[in-house]
Amino acid sequence: MSSDHFPTSPESDRPESALRRKLLLGMAALPASALLPGLLPRTAYAQAPATSAVNTTGLAVTDGTVRVGILHSVTGTMAISETGSVQAEKLAIAQINEMGGVLGRKIEFIQEDGASDWPNFAEKAKKLLVNDKAAAVFGCWTSASRKAVLPVFEQYNGMLYYPTFYEGLEQSKNVIYTGQEATQQILAGIDWVVKEKQAKSFYLLGSDYIWPRTSNKIARKHIEKNSLKVVGEEYFPLGHTQFNSVINKIKLTKPDVIYAIIVGGSNVAFYKQLKAAGIDLSKQTLVTISVTEDEILGIGGENIAGAYACMKYFQSLDNPNNKAFVQAFKKMWGENIVIGDVTQAAYLGPWLWKLTVEKAGSFDVDKVAAASPGIEFSQAPEGYVRIHENHHLWSKTRVGKAKADGQYEVIYETADLMEPDPFPKGYQ
Amino acid sequence: MFEGYTLAELGSIFAMQGFAGLILFSVFVLMALGLAIIFGQMGVINMAHGEFLILGAYITYFTSNFFLNYIPALFSAYFFVAMALAFVGAGALGMLVEWSMIRHLYRRPLDTLLATWGLSLILQQFYRSVFGAREVGVELPQWLIGSLPVTDVIEVPINGLFVMALTLMITTAVGVLMYRSRWGKQVRAVMQNRVMAGAVGIDTERVDRYTFGIGCGIAGVAGSAFTMVGSTGPTSGQLYIVDTFLVVVFGGAQSLLGTIASAFVISQAQSTMEFFLSGSMAKVLTLLTVVGILMLRPQGLFVLKVRR
Repeated sequence: MSSDHFPTSPESDRPESALRRKLLLGMAALPASALLPGLLPRTAYAQAPATSAVNTTGLAVTDGTVRVGILHSVTGTMAISETGSVQAEKLAIAQINEMGGVLGRKIEFIQEDGASDWPNFAEKAKKLLVNDKAAAVFGCWTSASRKAVLPVFEQYNGMLYYPTFYEGLEQSKNVIYTGQEATQQILAGIDWVVKEKQAKSFYLLGSDYIWPRTSNKIARKHIEKNSLKVVGEEYFPLGHTQFNSVINKIKLTKPDVIYAIIVGGSNVAFYKQLKAAGIDLSKQTLVTISVTEDEILGIGGENIAGAYACMKYFQSLDNPNNKAFVQAFKKMWGENIVIGDVTQAAYLGPWLWKLTVEKAGSFDVDKVAAASPGIEFSQAPEGYVRIHENHHLWSKTRVGKAKADGQYEVIYETADLMEPDPFPKGYQ
Repeated sequence: MFEGYTLAELGSIFAMQGFAGLILFSVFVLMALGLAIIFGQMGVINMAHGEFLILGAYITYFTSNFFLNYIPALFSAYFFVAMALAFVGAGALGMLVEWSMIRHLYRRPLDTLLATWGLSLILQQFYRSVFGAREVGVELPQWLIGSLPVTDVIEVPINGLFVMALTLMITTAVGVLMYRSRWGKQVRAVMQNRVMAGAVGIDTERVDRYTFGIGCGIAGVAGSAFTMVGSTGPTSGQLYIVDTFLVVVFGGAQSLLGTIASAFVISQAQSTMEFFLSGSMAKVLTLLTVVGILMLRPQGLFVLKVRR
């Protein structure tokens, strides 16, 4: 891909910076307004287009409000991960309302609990679309929940903004994928570690389900294409807590890189045991694509310091968009909170939807879907994103090095945005 | 499956895996001991066992934070305080649960399954409301971090040794308590025949309450120890419950010795298989083997010969 198509200049050079100024102003006023939404002057209200013009398909849109859904697990095992997504989406909605809403309408949301149960996700999705007539839904985390709701969104023609990095192999007119798909996250990271660390051999680890297995398949293809070696590949049941055996194997095979896609609470056990077994991550290179700042809270920064993570967003990203985002997030949800990759991707959802609706001049799902490709959001905390024809985002891939304080230090980013490729040729 | 390894390597592999298996064994015993007392001796199926474990873990988290913030000089010793508090805290909650719930269900052992399952859900939600949905990280004192090198491939993690020592101590204490003390005799009498035990002057209600409390207390200590190797979150307890029941049932519910033997067999088998097969495959084979043996020997590996 050529870089001239995709501006990599600082965001402040672009005309949208006026929007960001408004955004920052909105954030400053946020705490009061979040408490007293009814007292706000409805300035944008006057020039709002007529409801009959922007909503021809019976969505829950009135002259003053538009209703959307938030669909995540706040109970059950996934609550740990999805809490951040819910918080980010609520923040984005509050900020958009602060700026006058979407097409002059304030966003109202209905939050449903998927309860970490996939059939339940489908049920709630149907409720949001059929009963509540939600104009858009922000939600899901695991691929299993997304697969469960996908037929519902296609049947009832809803719009889902899905925030998690995932394995790819999917594309739908009814879904915008705001996280990275597998090739975006993996290829640049492996190229980086090969170049920077002269890595020749890899040990692949993962939890035993579709995302880690698909990701490792892509990683292995890419490694072997560069005529390097995979010395081991291993999967563990979700929730596995005993990694002594595989750590022994790693010691014996001495790979240049441990490539770890272990998910959830198992990570805590893995990194603690790695450290206890005397594997020093400042000497042994480890690359993960599944540990964000959220997981480090449980692992403990001192246990993972030195590891590299490959994803598109880190809380420590140094740009004005991200500074404002982190500040607003902490103001709304508490000083001690951390923000991981998926949380940022969830934050993009309401904003991308707002921009798309305003480009389409309508809330209708078909028009929003059609207007999505090419939508640019230069105020994104991660920098700048753009929706591709395949409904995924162009985004940069970054490598962060974990520090003992639980944050990542960004040490590399791709020069250009990477093209999303959910159906990679030769990698399936 | 042995090809590609030299004889010397195979030697160190078996030594390392044997040791990894011993750590797993200690973890299994710690998990299962509390359950074995409650399930094996009292016949109560405690589905909330994992949540008692996690209570111990949260208590450890709080103790470590308290030491870090208020008496950092004594931080290296906090773990012992934490374990004592975990025992008392989980034990007290256990006694409260026994008093408010379990004692009404002794005649209906299967119902304890439902009741304690409900309790586990309540506790999970309670943890989530109080401590938040995210996992918390428990900081270890410096002396528990690191490993002792034995040869250039074999290294022994210090916290693994610590867990093993702890297991040995607790198991010995439980063994003495159950089989060498007056109180243990009372427990066993009550469990065999509650009415007759009452008739000879044993305060069966008190015995029940303390037995349940001690079982839960041991779970709390185990949870405290697991902060070194595992995760601490509202639902982390669920990760342990299947393995725990597996160990107890496989060993023969009434026999503490059986629990220990089955923990040893399962952990060593799993550890060795994990090396030569994959983690998931080892788990599948372990489960299949246990199911197969239980079909031949439904009462478990070891069983006490008692008249019913």
